[in-house]
Amino acid sequence: MAEAGRLNLPAAPKAGTMIGAEPVTVVRAAIIVFILLFWEAIAQSGLLYRDVVPSLLAIGTAIVKVLTGPVIKCSAEFGIGPFFGFGPYEFKWEIIEPELYCHLGRTAFEVGIGLLVGGLSGLLIGLVLGGNRVLSKSFEPYLYYLGPTPKIIFFPVMIMWFGVGPGSKIAMGAISCFFPIALSTAAGMRQIDKVLIRVGHSFRANAWQMATKIYLPAMRHPTINGVRLGLGVAIIGTLLAETKLSNRGVGFLIIQAYSLFDMPRMYAMLIVLFVVAIGANALVGRLGGLSAIRQR
Amino acid sequence: MSMAAVTRTRIFPLALGIGALAAAILAAEVLIRVGVINRFIVPLPSQIVPAFERVIVEEDIVERFRLTFFEAFTAGAMITVVGVSLGFLLFRINILRQATETWVAALASAPTVLMYPLFLVIFGRSAWTIIMMGFVAGLPPVILKTIEGLAGTRRVLINVGKSFKLTGPQLFTKILFPAALPTIFVGIRLGLIFTLINVVGVEFLINFGGLGQLINDLAERYDLPGTYAAICFVILVSVCFFVLTERVERWLRPVD
Repeated sequence: MAEAGRLNLPAAPKAGTMIGAEPVTVVRAAIIVFILLFWEAIAQSGLLYRDVVPSLLAIGTAIVKVLTGPVIKCSAEFGIGPFFGFGPYEFKWEIIEPELYCHLGRTAFEVGIGLLVGGLSGLLIGLVLGGNRVLSKSFEPYLYYLGPTPKIIFFPVMIMWFGVGPGSKIAMGAISCFFPIALSTAAGMRQIDKVLIRVGHSFRANAWQMATKIYLPAMRHPTINGVRLGLGVAIIGTLLAETKLSNRGVGFLIIQAYSLFDMPRMYAMLIVLFVVAIGANALVGRLGGLSAIRQR
Repeated sequence: MSMAAVTRTRIFPLALGIGALAAAILAAEVLIRVGVINRFIVPLPSQIVPAFERVIVEEDIVERFRLTFFEAFTAGAMITVVGVSLGFLLFRINILRQATETWVAALASAPTVLMYPLFLVIFGRSAWTIIMMGFVAGLPPVILKTIEGLAGTRRVLINVGKSFKLTGPQLFTKILFPAALPTIFVGIRLGLIFTLINVVGVEFLINFGGLGQLINDLAERYDLPGTYAAICFVILVSVCFFVLTERVERWLRPVD
C-alpha cells in the first residue's frame, strides 16, 4: 500500500534530452487551444463584462488594424532642459507613416538613447568598481540596494529635470538600465581568470591591448547578460513613463486605448508590445553571441 | 600605518562611501545656493531634511505604509502559495514542465507591469489591481526556483528516503521540501522584490494606495522638498526590505 502513495520522481531533464519533441509540442498546442477556447467561451457566455473579455475575432481584427493602421503625419520634437542654467534644446522632424510605427519609432528612440546613456555609464562605473577593490566595497552596496527599488518613483524628478517631452522618458530608460549593467560589468570584471591577465602581462600587452584582447572578451558573457537585463528594464521604465505622461509612444497608445475603453485595441497593443519586447531581448542575446558562449 | 594598510581596513571603504555621499549632498547644496542648479527644479538638501518630519506627520505615512505593506504582503502570500504549488505540479508532471517552463521564463522577462490598464478595467481603481499586478510580476521566479530546488535535490537523500520506505507525501515533507527550501526561498525573495517594485510603481501610476501615491500627490502639489523626502523614504523602505529578506535567505542557506 505504501507503494501506492510513493512519490514517483521525474528525472530532471538535461539540456537537449527532451522526452521527444512530439509529445511536448502536442501538450503545448493543447494548452494553447484550451486557453483560446476558454477565452472564447468566457467572451461568448457573458459571465464577465463582454468589453473586458472581447472575442478572439475582435482581438485578431484589432491586431490587424493596429499593424496596418491609418497613415498619419508623424512629427516628433525632442527637448532637454532647462538644467544647470542651459537650454532648453529642441530638435524637430516629420515623417508620414502608419500610427503604430510612428509611436513605436518614438518609443524605440527613447529606449535606444536611454540604453546608450545608461549602458555606457553603467559599463564605465562597472569597470571602475570591478577593477578596484576599495571603490567596489565603498560604492557597490549603494548600487546593489538601489538597483531593485522601483525606478518609476523618480519620474516626477525626471519631469522637473528634463521636461515632459522625450527627455524624461529617456532619463527613465537610462536610470532603469544603469544598475543591472553596472553590477553585471563589475561582477564580470572580478570573475576574469587571473591566468588570462598574467598571460596578457607576459606578452607585455599595453592597457588598450589588455582591455580589447583580455578584459572585454573575458567579461563578454556577464556584460551581455547585463545589457539584456538592462534592455528589459529600460523598455519597462520608458513605457511606464509614457503611460503616465506623454502624447507619443506605445505607452501612450495603451493608456489612450484604456481611456477610450477600446479593449480589443488595448489587448492588441499589449500583444504587439510583448512580442516586440521579447524579440528585442532575444536579438540582443543573439547579436552578442550569448548562445554561442553558453555552448562552449 | 601606511596608506595601503589603511585602505585594507574594514572601516575605510565604509567611511569613503559615506564621505562621498555627504560630499555630493554638500556639493548639491552649494551649487544650488550659488545658482548653478536651479532651485525650482532641485530643492536644497537642507530643505529636504525638515520635509521628512512634515511628510511623516502631515501625510499620514503610517497609514500609507500599512496599506502598501498590506498590498505587498497579500501579493507575497499569493505568490508563495500559488507559485510553490505550481512549481511542485510542474516538477511532478515532467511533460507539462517541459512544455511550459520556457513560457514561465519568458513571462518572467516580459514587461507584465504594462498590463496595469487591463487590470484597472478588470478590478477597478482599487487595492486589488495593485495586488494582482504584484502577484503577476512576482509569480514566475517562485515557480522557476521551486522547480529548480526540487529537481536539484541530491539523489543520495532521495535514496535514503526510499530505503526507509517513505510514502510520497513523507518523501516530500521530510526530504524534498526541506532540501529545496533554500532555493525556493531565493525564488520567493526575488518574487517579493518584483512584487514590491510593482506595488509601489502601480500605486504611483494609478495614484491610489500608499507610498507610491504619496510621491505622486506631492509632485502634483509641486512640493519639491516633500517629493524628494518621500522618494528617499520609499528608497529607505525598499532597502530595509531587501536587507531583511537577504538576511533570512542567508539564514536558510545551508553551510557549504
